[in-house]
Amino acid sequence: MQMGYAWYPEPNRLELRYVVTEPDQYLFGIWRCEPRGPVPSLAGIWPLMGWHEREISDLFGIEFVDHPQPHRLVLHDGVNPIRPPFDPAYPQDTALQAEPTKQSIPEIAGAEADVQLLPFGPVRADVVESGEFIFFYIGEAILHYHPRLFFKHRGMEKRFEGLPAERGVVLAERVSGVGSVAHALAYCQAVEAAANCAVPPRAQFFRVLLAELERLYNHLHYLGHLCHTTTLKVGEAEGKLLEERAKQLNARLTGSRFLRSILTIGGLRRDLSPKGWLGPELEALREAYSIYARHLENTDSHLDRLITTGKLNRRVAFDQGATGPVDRASGLDRDLRRDHPYAAYGNLPLAVAVREAGDAHARAQVRMAEIDASIALMQRALLLLPDGPIRSEYSISPRSEGLGWSESPRGTLFYAVHFDGEGKLARVKIKSPSFSNWRVFPHTVHDSNMMDYAINEASFGLTIAGCDR
Amino acid sequence: MPLWTLIGLWDGKQTVPWPLADGENGQTGLLGMPRYHPELCKQDCQACADACPTQAITMKMTGEAGRRLKVDYGRCVVCQLCTEACPTGAMASSQEWAFGVREREDLVWRDRRTAGVAGDDKRRKAFRRSLHIRHVDAGSCNGCESELQALNNPFYNLHRLGIFFTASPRFADLLLVTGPVTYAMLNPLRATYDAMPEPRWVMAVGTCAVSGGVAEGGYSCGHGLEGVLPVDVYLPGCPPNPAAIIHALMMFLNRMPQRVQGGQLVE
Repeated sequence: MQMGYAWYPEPNRLELRYVVTEPDQYLFGIWRCEPRGPVPSLAGIWPLMGWHEREISDLFGIEFVDHPQPHRLVLHDGVNPIRPPFDPAYPQDTALQAEPTKQSIPEIAGAEADVQLLPFGPVRADVVESGEFIFFYIGEAILHYHPRLFFKHRGMEKRFEGLPAERGVVLAERVSGVGSVAHALAYCQAVEAAANCAVPPRAQFFRVLLAELERLYNHLHYLGHLCHTTTLKVGEAEGKLLEERAKQLNARLTGSRFLRSILTIGGLRRDLSPKGWLGPELEALREAYSIYARHLENTDSHLDRLITTGKLNRRVAFDQGATGPVDRASGLDRDLRRDHPYAAYGNLPLAVAVREAGDAHARAQVRMAEIDASIALMQRALLLLPDGPIRSEYSISPRSEGLGWSESPRGTLFYAVHFDGEGKLARVKIKSPSFSNWRVFPHTVHDSNMMDYAINEASFGLTIAGCDR
Repeated sequence: MPLWTLIGLWDGKQTVPWPLADGENGQTGLLGMPRYHPELCKQDCQACADACPTQAITMKMTGEAGRRLKVDYGRCVVCQLCTEACPTGAMASSQEWAFGVREREDLVWRDRRTAGVAGDDKRRKAFRRSLHIRHVDAGSCNGCESELQALNNPFYNLHRLGIFFTASPRFADLLLVTGPVTYAMLNPLRATYDAMPEPRWVMAVGTCAVSGGVAEGGYSCGHGLEGVLPVDVYLPGCPPNPAAIIHALMMFLNRMPQRVQGGQLVE
């Protein structure tokens, strides 16, 4: 099971969709259901569906029977919309109003006087994204942890509706800033699937290059930030300096440090010229990085804080829907680039890094191995880069639909795209990797301790923007 | 640990001299706000306005003379679509990113440039070499945060300029806001502002915070800080790069001049 979502094929007809992986099939299976009244919850069978169903409840007003956690997820308590926001009858451009109310928190058994409650956020220390974390703790020990997200819910999926397809790329790039390429790519591929559009080989290779450049600066940032939480100051500075170098390469290649404004439906918006300079620059970066990585792996104070911290076992990872490096650090060998290849990934050899330990160190090691693999992949793509056009024409037939995916630096990302009778976007559903991993993360926090929390959170490499949308 | 000290020393100073001295600022090749050349603009063409996803470029009726473009850089998300749509080069891609301004009107293109407002606020003077910033993410895409975090990397090393991020709004002089202000962040944002001691200032970073950006409106978002908080510095960009943020902060402190007036570069 990958995700579930709802949409309105007609203003008065609602449909539920489930996207599933079918064994040894390249394409994903799609299950449909037209609810007439409440729908049985699947969260008891596939725990990862829990959040998907709660989101559908909040935004579409569908009731799921026997849901194990029948609480709001996306909309906060104190918000009482006259209709669910995705209802076609919801008055356009009417912003929700939030009454400042306390969120109902599940009760914790035991002597109340002993358990302390720490609500932290949504405005937290440092330059970070907004989200509120609630800790129930005794001294150093965390009994229970409850992240309260979706403060940043911008209703991005709704913003796509009514737009022509090409306009959607600008939006997709801005769903999660540090995942601009992954989002734009999954979106473009969804539209290309709907329009039966074949992308020219040169553009396919460039798409791989861009996606891997994105992985590179994200993972370098991750390593620097992880050092920040283990208070390895020079390690932090070195990691973030490498990230800065990677971002500057991005700007030199595409004009954007986040690799924006280059992808489009059917290929790329303009040709790029990496010839002669990008290869050597990447090699120089790789050399600097490998020295850095070697030192990190030889620093006991750093490793002591990572090893055994935030352990996620394979079973929980699978059931709760962990994805990306988090998933692969818990022994699950899954990667969309290899298992469901897109762009030019089918033509390039890819080593997928898997670790078994499931702790913060394993998550860091997976990302470190991915940096090496990424650079090797980019060098290969530069070498094999074919000549030719970079963009092909496409036309959208009315009422068509498509599914697109990409393996973002943080894991699997899906875009489901539906067009209306005029060939405009009728519904765009985004399943971001952080939506999956935020659901998994608390399982590693309960029964841990305060000192490890920040390290554990950093080791997951989560974004809130991607999750909240 | 001594090993890391050694590595740090071995690598030497990595910080760019800019903005304290001229030269390299790390933004080579970066595309900034498209530059508007009205003299090249074709009558009765509105390709750029049609291409613009955020209504940064709109057609304005001007009496019988017909229509002309209104270009508002406060709404620009730097997507470069107008530069590709324009048949005559009147919307040209440029490397101008230092778009931090004190007045919102200075982001709207106009014919005549007015004299810039120099350091109007005397109270700011005391903060010239020590400014403490509280950042609030009011629903950004994380792009702006990524660049704000970059300010503290060794390359930009914001500390050397006497500018610091602080954890508590109680210690903050400047509230730096990113994001279009979602319904759920409206109250926490106001609470943060209320917790700041006087004198206090507000800076809108990123097109979302200036005007709402791509997510503006809808059921969940507002129009940036418009009508929410009084803004002292506007910096559009999607996201603004670290050098643009440094420039805007230095401009706020009267340590660098404002580069843009009436939507145009002051030469």
